[in-house]
Amino acid sequence: MKGKCWKFGNNVNTDEIIPARYLNTTNTKELAAHCMEDADPNFMKKIKAGDIIVAGDNFGCGSSREHAPIAIKFAGISCVIAKSFARIFFRNAINIGLPIFECPEAAEQIREGDAAEVSLSSGEILNLTSKKRFKFEPFPLEMQEIIQAGGLMNFVKKKMAV
Amino acid sequence: MGMTITEKIIAAHAGAKEVRPGQFVYADVDICLGNDITAPIAIEEFEKIGLTKVFDPEKIVLVPDHFTPNKDIKSAQQSKSLRVFAEKHHLKHYFEIGRMGIEHALLPEKGIVAPGDLVIGADSHTCTYGALGAFSTGVGSTDLAACFATGKVWLKVPESIKFVFHGKVKNWTSGKDLILYTIGKIGVDGALYKAMEFAGSGISQLPMDDRFAICNMAIEAGAKSGIISPDKNTEDYIKGRVQKKWVIYQSDSDAHYTKTYEFNASEISPQVALPSLPENTKPVEEVAGIKIDQVVIGSCTNGRISDLRVAAQILKGKKVHPSIRLIIIPATQDIYKQAINEGLMNIFIDAEAVVSTPTCGPCLGGHMGILAEGERALSTTNRNFVGRMGHPKSEIYLCNPAVAAASAITGKITPPDEVVKK
Repeated sequence: MKGKCWKFGNNVNTDEIIPARYLNTTNTKELAAHCMEDADPNFMKKIKAGDIIVAGDNFGCGSSREHAPIAIKFAGISCVIAKSFARIFFRNAINIGLPIFECPEAAEQIREGDAAEVSLSSGEILNLTSKKRFKFEPFPLEMQEIIQAGGLMNFVKKKMAV
Repeated sequence: MGMTITEKIIAAHAGAKEVRPGQFVYADVDICLGNDITAPIAIEEFEKIGLTKVFDPEKIVLVPDHFTPNKDIKSAQQSKSLRVFAEKHHLKHYFEIGRMGIEHALLPEKGIVAPGDLVIGADSHTCTYGALGAFSTGVGSTDLAACFATGKVWLKVPESIKFVFHGKVKNWTSGKDLILYTIGKIGVDGALYKAMEFAGSGISQLPMDDRFAICNMAIEAGAKSGIISPDKNTEDYIKGRVQKKWVIYQSDSDAHYTKTYEFNASEISPQVALPSLPENTKPVEEVAGIKIDQVVIGSCTNGRISDLRVAAQILKGKKVHPSIRLIIIPATQDIYKQAINEGLMNIFIDAEAVVSTPTCGPCLGGHMGILAEGERALSTTNRNFVGRMGHPKSEIYLCNPAVAAASAITGKITPPDEVVKK
């Protein structure tokens, strides 16, 4: 995961990530077209595939809408780095396979426009612009199983041997 | 060391004698819930991996309540997918228009959730059922799809925070005000990943409708769940509704809480949450006079019969201010009918309010009361995020039904006493 970083503040809620006026569809392309619209109306015009969202505390608070991580994932965002995540957004991201990283130092120090790279194997976020490295805690093993299966439904499929 | 009510319920559903915070479990689910926004994705995910059979047709609840009665063609397609799925899998609890209500008012009313249950819902306000002494938490659509298949959910056992309210609440102060006050104190992530347990004489004297409002907004403090130990009020409420066996759990006296807050309920005034986070709370007296354009009384937080009664008490014989649109939404068909039978509807219509069929509608900016640019709403709903009720440059203030009704009469935020005295 490597890309340009776009910064947001604390308590970015799911109404900002994907407003309810677009929730009358499950089409991933349509949802992605409105990603972050009420937080930054020009977001989709600015980003490139692989870019990274960097945010403060409680990212994804509010409703349970999985449309929020879906919009981010299908907008081409490679991962989200935040100081902390709201819990339903957190589990939705794990379940659908949107990579997210809780790393307060990185979230604090990375600046808008910096390029960053995340290495899962080393558990590190590298700020390619400032050359600073940040360690993040790996997920608990049980969650890693879900991530490695490629999301919760694949995990269920394996368990149930469908 | 003892366990909290939350830990006991999770342990009982994970086949364990005891569980501890931080522990990862796969828990058996008694009831799982989806609506017309979240269930379509769950159904797609369920079918995508080739599943054909649900774990238990009696334990899945589908309620089309957000964009219903269908507001446009796309919403109609989403509702249809619920209807088709419910029919195909012979779901016992599918609630069509005419029988439905706002899900978190409907499920307790129909006796679908019982004390001691473990409930998940693909809707963040699923935490409402904690008021019945159930562990109940919001999840996403994929969680719901996995539960359709397995009847299980993955959970990390949450730590608990205890909130003790002493004393008796003041006139015009309700459960809504206690929870707004609490969120104001701890912030919108003050209980992140935690279970909020509400206790004390200030809670035990509250009727169930107020308790539902309190647990409903636990999510607005980032919590996984909110819970209140069942007592006589709870048992009186569930008798005649719940048909299955229930188990009453109580926290042990030596249960562990990461923190305990003590508040004096008798000192809490009706609260107003200013834009654009529910934590921006102030006593109504301090924000009186702010001009508003629209008032909404309803939602899974405050659309119950006692909410309508208090609104009617204030609106009786009065008119809504000429510059205000007052929208009242009874949360379920039964509440709607009860409001007619008690004469509340006459009061509302005589006051020149509009009364809607049950729907989440305006709360999430779906339909039935969208705000234009620059408009300001005062609402008994649960979120005042940027653009939540319409245009990104509109504003929402949150309050209880008494403040909402009083302010609808004056056209500006008003403490109820000022209107009732006149």
